Amino acid sequence: MAQSAEHVLDHFELFRGPEYQQMLAKKKAFENPRDPAEVERVKEWTKTPEYREKNFAREALTINPAKACQPLGAVFASVGFEGTLPFVHGSQGCVAYYRSHLSRHFKEPSSCVSSSMTEDAAVFGGLNNMVDGLANSYNMYKPKMIAVSTTCMAEVIGDDLNAFIKTSKEKGAVPADFDVPFAHTPAFVGSHITGYDNALKGILEHFWDGKAGTAPKLERKPNDKVNFIGGFDGYTVGNLREIKRILELMGVEYTILADNSEVFDTPTDGEFRMYDGGTTLDEAANAVHAKGTISMQQWSTEKTLPFIADHGQDVLAFNYPMGVSATDDFLMALSLLSGKGIPEELARERGRLVDAMTDSSAHIHGKKFAIYGDPDLCYGLAAFLLELGAEPIHVLSTNGNKAWEEKTKALLAGSTFGQDCNVYPGRDLWHMRSLLFTEPVDYLIGNTYGKYLERDTGTPLIRIGFPVFDRHHHHRSPVWGYQGGMNVLVKILDKIFDEIDKKTSLLGKTDYSFDIIR
Amino acid sequence: MSLVTTQSAAEIRARNKELIEETLKVYPEKTAKRRAKHLNVHESGKSDCGVKSNLKSIPGVMTIRGCAYAGSKGVVWGPIKDMVHISHGPVGCGQYSWGSRRNYYVGTTGIDTFVTLQLTSDFQEKDIVFGGDKKLIKLIDEIQELFPLNNGITIQSECPIGLIGDDIEAVSRAKSNEYDGKTIVPVRCEGFRGVSQSLGHHIANDAVRDWIFDKNGPDSKPEFESTPYDVAIIGDYNIGGDAWSSRILLEEMGLRVIAQWSGDGSLAELEATPKAKLNILHCYRSMNYISRHMEEKFGIPWCEYNFFGPSKIAESLRKIASFFDDKIKEGAERVIEKYQPLVNAVIAKYRPRLQGKTVMLFVGGLRPRHVIGAYEDLGMEVIGTGYEFGHNDDYQRTAQHYVKDSTLIYDDLNGYEFERFVEKLQPDLVGSGIKEKYVFQKMGVPFRQMHSWDYSGPYHGYDGFAIFARDMDMAVNSPIWKKVKAPWKDVPKPKLLAAE
Repeated sequence: MAQSAEHVLDHFELFRGPEYQQMLAKKKAFENPRDPAEVERVKEWTKTPEYREKNFAREALTINPAKACQPLGAVFASVGFEGTLPFVHGSQGCVAYYRSHLSRHFKEPSSCVSSSMTEDAAVFGGLNNMVDGLANSYNMYKPKMIAVSTTCMAEVIGDDLNAFIKTSKEKGAVPADFDVPFAHTPAFVGSHITGYDNALKGILEHFWDGKAGTAPKLERKPNDKVNFIGGFDGYTVGNLREIKRILELMGVEYTILADNSEVFDTPTDGEFRMYDGGTTLDEAANAVHAKGTISMQQWSTEKTLPFIADHGQDVLAFNYPMGVSATDDFLMALSLLSGKGIPEELARERGRLVDAMTDSSAHIHGKKFAIYGDPDLCYGLAAFLLELGAEPIHVLSTNGNKAWEEKTKALLAGSTFGQDCNVYPGRDLWHMRSLLFTEPVDYLIGNTYGKYLERDTGTPLIRIGFPVFDRHHHHRSPVWGYQGGMNVLVKILDKIFDEIDKKTSLLGKTDYSFDIIR
Repeated sequence: MSLVTTQSAAEIRARNKELIEETLKVYPEKTAKRRAKHLNVHESGKSDCGVKSNLKSIPGVMTIRGCAYAGSKGVVWGPIKDMVHISHGPVGCGQYSWGSRRNYYVGTTGIDTFVTLQLTSDFQEKDIVFGGDKKLIKLIDEIQELFPLNNGITIQSECPIGLIGDDIEAVSRAKSNEYDGKTIVPVRCEGFRGVSQSLGHHIANDAVRDWIFDKNGPDSKPEFESTPYDVAIIGDYNIGGDAWSSRILLEEMGLRVIAQWSGDGSLAELEATPKAKLNILHCYRSMNYISRHMEEKFGIPWCEYNFFGPSKIAESLRKIASFFDDKIKEGAERVIEKYQPLVNAVIAKYRPRLQGKTVMLFVGGLRPRHVIGAYEDLGMEVIGTGYEFGHNDDYQRTAQHYVKDSTLIYDDLNGYEFERFVEKLQPDLVGSGIKEKYVFQKMGVPFRQMHSWDYSGPYHGYDGFAIFARDMDMAVNSPIWKKVKAPWKDVPKPKLLAAE
């Protein structure tokens, strides 16, 4: 018996002991196991170009996708408004999943309700669920706003949110003037970034265009403010705080739309804050008057930005700006739009990032990278790697579209370091597995699921993306702005140095290179 | 130590009843009436806990429950390691349930083992409009091509499948014929079916019956020689290795485990189970159906057991042994004796730190009752418990064998109620899920996830008990909890201090 009270063995030690190993070996006999030689043969076969060809010929099967479904993004956007309770109309299990998913990433509570539709609602529609649900949520959780979205169940049966909300108000579920914006967010269209887009547009439409016919449309009276949209972003906490700091340094008057940086980072001080921070409802309404809107993620705001532009604002979309030039472009655009100069302090921060890059670029230059994630994140990371003299080889985005492919290809074509890179829209991490076997790279950048690729292919994983479940607190640090660039640089360097150390730490064998200074 | 332990049972009962009344006030009238039936204060001697259960969740209340898909794919089928499980429908369900349940297994993932792969038909609008059967047909071909060593396929239906009228049974039959009788199991576990995960368990159990047992017949496999001591572990999902730290005890007492359902399980083990002499059932809720079926059809008796904490483990080992001869009965005694020094050491180390601490639980499956004994072994007291998706038979078992008088009972608890109850009762520890964890930690209440073991485990068996005790101690006695209030804001609570 290996277990002891003195030194409690955890699962990763306990089962390695001889008693358990013997037990597991004996268990094999009951499993009708495959011949180990055959397993080995197939394992090696999956690494071949031949397998890759079959893998890329897939038309129906998706394996390990790097995307989630629309309502997740809708919930993420909705909690960025003051006192707002996301309400997802449809099956209840979905909501349990979104909440778990967000909590596992942020290590924070994630509050959201469901209208708990079941079989009878599938037959008769979910109107009663909406009426009762809104009344219950309103009374129990005292929200300032309830933002409605849908699961695929409600979409398949064709529930009409606009009509349902109207009827709910007529039945007194919530007061007539209570804000209940909505967005249809079918899971079988797009991904979580589409849901973010739809929900944000739904909320702005609600406030700007007459609250579903119950109020006059707002008349835009342009002011000097700038609206800022982060998009679906696993680093929302660190990033939005950094952006606020930058905006304040520049003296720009701003409104952050869907500011969930507080609700996903509440303190532990004895009080659970179900709502915290967020764009106030007044700010959301008054955002119509801004002179312009900047989105940090083009493909998170494909519908929202044109909607805002239609209201007369200048709109500008970035692709998850990371590193020196992308941050330069962002700040200059911000300066142009707001009429405010870029203060010396930011110039100094820029200089520090460039300084750090000159200090360390020798370790990154020429290293080959594979990247996957949301389309804007991939673009931003690729651009930063090119600045560092690194060579992106595979850039893959399951929820990337044709336009993303073309734009990313153009970025790569514009750099000496991007010439050997291919871009893969609509592909998944099983495709990436084949890519890493047949065209190996030095490092992989992606979310937590990349650890399976790291295990299978031996490519070291640098965790940047969403979700990151198995490392803690990275979302609290920005990856935007020059300081964010610094964080990304350090993260990449740490992995590179750790790998060099790992390869040189065998005593008397490889440790001549186990350098104390690098 | 908490305030509650100094009160009499009558006082506690009165306080808990008042707490329920207070909490119900927030609801609109109709909802209050419905919720009142799910909340109660247990009275000892009663045959159940006096709550309604397994009813629809109320819209908009923030139920903690999941869906039938979660019950089938997430719980019952997902851990079967050598089969490919397709999340059939849009991408989300498979994505959110990908690898999050910690069903440990041994195998070459992606080659002969597939538990932590997320395979989905990733439905697009055209699949909804034109139906998904054609895609499913092609998808099965692609699985066969890319994963030639898979031993079978299951199709886990997401909501749209049942709504758009797809015939996954016909596809399964046709493809099974095409692939020489390959096991292909369609599962109608659409998320809108039933009221919780629970119906998903039942549907998944029925799918084993219909598409595996009925396909093979009792006389087909296995190829091994039966012994009088063959048992199957039913309803252990090997979370953090739970089934392994259970199996080792059964084998040490002289039994032979021929199947694990379903943690680290395989199709061959499912198929072999009708050869078992006894089915031993840990999670009654999720697998009583198939156990009853095997009893009726194959005459295999089943017995429930509980491998949380030394008291229940010893009781269970003896109960299991009672189905066998003296050799096994002696084996059970030998096992109990062997582990007694470990038990003594664990209790000596941790009980003094945990004595008198109070716990509130809200979990699924078997745990709202099964872990109570383990807490009591450590001197802790469970003052509130309830089931996410329990039925009345769960509450009967809870009332008759586990909870004390005046325990607060809550069925299908929601966020609001849970917060109010914890705020009022001030337990020293809350055990629930990921959605609840951070809420209570913000409130300064120590918490352990009791679905995933908070990424620890195993908690089953003697080896698991040591980990359980260590984990509960580190949660309750972490120095962090003393830092929750800023010192300049920390106003002492005189009443609480006086009670200590």
